[in-house]
Amino acid sequence: MTTLFGIFLLTLLMITGMAIVHTRNLFVAVMLMGIASLLIAASFFLLDAADVALTEAAIGAGISTVLFLGALALTSERERKRRRSLSTSSLLQFGIVGVVALIVIWATFDQPRLGSPSAPVQAHLTPWYIESTRDLIDIPNAVTAVLASFRGYDTLGEVVVVFTAGVGVLFLLGTGASSRAAGAPLSEDNAGLRHYLIPRILGRLLIPFILLLGFYVQFHGEYGPGGGFQAGAIIAASVILYALLEGEQRALSVIPQGVLLAMMAGGTLLFGAVGVAGIVLGSNFLDYSVLSEDPVNGQHWGILLIEMGIGITVAGVLISIFHAFAARATA
Amino acid sequence: MMDIAIDIASWVLLALGGVNLLIGGIGVLRMPDLYTRMHAASLTDSMGAILVILGIMLQAGLSLATVKLGVILVFLLLTSPTAANALAASALLAGVTPRTGQSLHLSDSEARE
Repeated sequence: MTTLFGIFLLTLLMITGMAIVHTRNLFVAVMLMGIASLLIAASFFLLDAADVALTEAAIGAGISTVLFLGALALTSERERKRRRSLSTSSLLQFGIVGVVALIVIWATFDQPRLGSPSAPVQAHLTPWYIESTRDLIDIPNAVTAVLASFRGYDTLGEVVVVFTAGVGVLFLLGTGASSRAAGAPLSEDNAGLRHYLIPRILGRLLIPFILLLGFYVQFHGEYGPGGGFQAGAIIAASVILYALLEGEQRALSVIPQGVLLAMMAGGTLLFGAVGVAGIVLGSNFLDYSVLSEDPVNGQHWGILLIEMGIGITVAGVLISIFHAFAARATA
Repeated sequence: MMDIAIDIASWVLLALGGVNLLIGGIGVLRMPDLYTRMHAASLTDSMGAILVILGIMLQAGLSLATVKLGVILVFLLLTSPTAANALAASALLAGVTPRTGQSLHLSDSEARE
């Protein structure tokens, strides 16, 4: 049954992917990309990867769609017409893509079957992670243990990538601070959907619960699916929903630009500082065992702190990018 | 006996929900303009969600899963009509006029001419 669902989802995904490439209407492409993300999230969930599915659904289907729409507001809705003739260079491109695709397909024959118990990764690494999570860290969700503690370096790298991406977007688009410095009052343009009663009332009803879900996902990450990345995206989604409904200015008066920038840098710094604290207390970088008398308790503290850093950075970056796009679109 | 009755009721609900969603899908493809299409999609969508979730609730019995399904149902009943309302309102604001009278009976290509 699971295989059948998987084949169904992946077929839909392929159709969606082809439609994205085929369509000239960029608005339609953005919507289809949201659908594609949701399908990917569903197939991740089918493979029991609840953490990844949650991330994909929150970021891929939720936030990226909003950010793409913000980007579309700055450009045109339709793709420029391309030449349709088959020149030698396009034949060459087709040839290269075809050859590479064939090589990749050929390479998959040597791969162990998906989920096969005799695969090398299941034979050495996975059992070690599962046993060590129980002995060294003692939290139910092994994914969080791997992400936050065993592979802390990788996660620190990811957070720095998110931070860098945020800084890059702000450099390209600007923080919108100059247009706001004039103290622009609530005009028709940036007032959001204030004159639509039904979405506003519903938004007021839902935003507290979305925030609550975000904090639950943040602090429950050690026990169930979730963690900083997902929580940051969910919290950012609730702030973006507020900005869409009540107007960007109001959202900025709730969390000002300076606070957002401090969140971006502060979360990354918090992660790094926890790592350095390990060195200062006489162990390795990102070794949390020394943070407390009891090594297991120290691991808990370390994971809690770095997940908080991740959540703060992700939320700050996503909200900042949204504001950067929105400020450009209304300027 | 009770189990069979619950199973039958739950399958009837699930099948009815599926039929509703199918009708909605056909409606989206067949209706002439944006507003009638949305009408087809949004009504059947809500009804389909109610029926399917009630069907699954019967399968889950008295458990935490049923409570979660109830919360999901409330969420869907709040959001999906609101999304339909917001979509229709913004379409009207963007200048999409509902097709009425004679233009309803023309096919898409004829109406454009």
